[in-house]
Amino acid sequence: MDFPNELKYTQDHEWVKIEGNIATIGITEFAQKELGDIVYVEVETVGENIDSGEVFGTVEAVKTVSDLFMPISGEIVEFNEELEASPELVNEDPYGQGWMIKVKFDGDLPAELLTAEAYSELVGA
Amino acid sequence: MLKKVALHDVHLALGAKMMAFAGYDMPVRYSSDLEEHKTVRERVGIFDVSHMGEFFVSGPNALELIQKVTSNDASKLVVGQAQYSCFPNETGGIVDDLLVYKMEDQKYMLVVNASNIRKDWNWINQHNDFGATLEDQSDDYSLFAVQGPKATDVLQKLTSIELDKIKFYHFAVADLTGVDEVILSCTGYTGAGGFEVYVKNEHARQVWDAIFEAGKEFDIKPIGLGARDTLRLEMGYCLYGNDITDETSPIEAGLGWITKFTKPFINHEQLLQQKENGVEKRLVGFILREKGIPRAHYTIVNMEGIPIGEVTSGTISPSMGIGIGLGYVKSEYAKPGTHIGITVRNKNLEAIIEKLPLLKL
Repeated sequence: MDFPNELKYTQDHEWVKIEGNIATIGITEFAQKELGDIVYVEVETVGENIDSGEVFGTVEAVKTVSDLFMPISGEIVEFNEELEASPELVNEDPYGQGWMIKVKFDGDLPAELLTAEAYSELVGA
Repeated sequence: MLKKVALHDVHLALGAKMMAFAGYDMPVRYSSDLEEHKTVRERVGIFDVSHMGEFFVSGPNALELIQKVTSNDASKLVVGQAQYSCFPNETGGIVDDLLVYKMEDQKYMLVVNASNIRKDWNWINQHNDFGATLEDQSDDYSLFAVQGPKATDVLQKLTSIELDKIKFYHFAVADLTGVDEVILSCTGYTGAGGFEVYVKNEHARQVWDAIFEAGKEFDIKPIGLGARDTLRLEMGYCLYGNDITDETSPIEAGLGWITKFTKPFINHEQLLQQKENGVEKRLVGFILREKGIPRAHYTIVNMEGIPIGEVTSGTISPSMGIGIGLGYVKSEYAKPGTHIGITVRNKNLEAIIEKLPLLKL
């Protein structure tokens, strides 16, 4: 399974890409495989400030529904609207076109974010 | 420790994602739930559902026992015919739903849910005041459901009998790919047509491989329990544990058609009363009219937002691309065409009660 080195990861199977004070967030290859076909991504929190560990949205697969958790505290500035018509992008390209939100954050990254290596160990892949 | 079906290794080699289901390690999907669903609706797929239980009831009083413990009228069966039925309990609920096969004049096969094998076995034995011979052969049989519009074409290549002659809910005991005494049953849980194939474990691999080989020209695919659930929900078929339980009556569940008061059976008095006087809640199918997916235990509300029931099964319908489900509502709301709401994450999404099947084929 693919876990790009330039990304950080969470125990809830999200990835984070940092560019300046903007973090792009999505779910990992492992997560999309576990969920199966993703049919709906619901994010209704754009414009809100949400703390790390809180729910920012929901991902629905055919068989399951899962909450999406903030990897860092900050303001949600953008939702990937492509996912409204094409939620399958999360399955097809989880680290690229399947990104979910962009978050504007201040301060340091939380220490609990995992490296690719540590995340890979966590999921045993 | 999870039990394994005979072809467990075959599923692993096919790349299946496995999941604990009813005490078995079962394939939930091989590639994609949506793809697998489509394969069955449009072509042909094969499910390994060997976790299901098979009991044999035989002897001069076999029928009497079956008539006592099941709700449908098994006296109407001819040899080579099957019927859908349920075991009512004594308190208005359902022990399990099942298929009853009439194998011979004094021999029947009961096919029950894997999760209930022990419970059902105890139940039937407890009520066997008739001296019927009971055998649990659940661990000896594999069961493959070959389903889809091309299923008959695939199986026809492997048997000497004419499958077109087997009517719905009938079966034959015949040869398949050189294996004798395979049960070819024109039944299924998908609404896509096809057969369910019962074979002794020692022949399971040979039969599975032969079906795959014969199905190549139709691009046959293995199908997991994930697609099995979406396929059955589009048809509005009940799943034991979700839509019917120890606490739901067959009348409430819309199973009046398999509850025949032509003979006495366990708790028939109470069920007859329910049929005549009506019940407070009913199982209905519904289709969402906006984006969102109903799931088991979500609240069902009326148009004023007042709770009137609960979802028991829900999914996105892969064929229709919209949320569908089954659930119990107060009887006054059970009429097809009634507008209801499904509470999804604190929002009431509009839905409409529909006649079954939800997918109009």
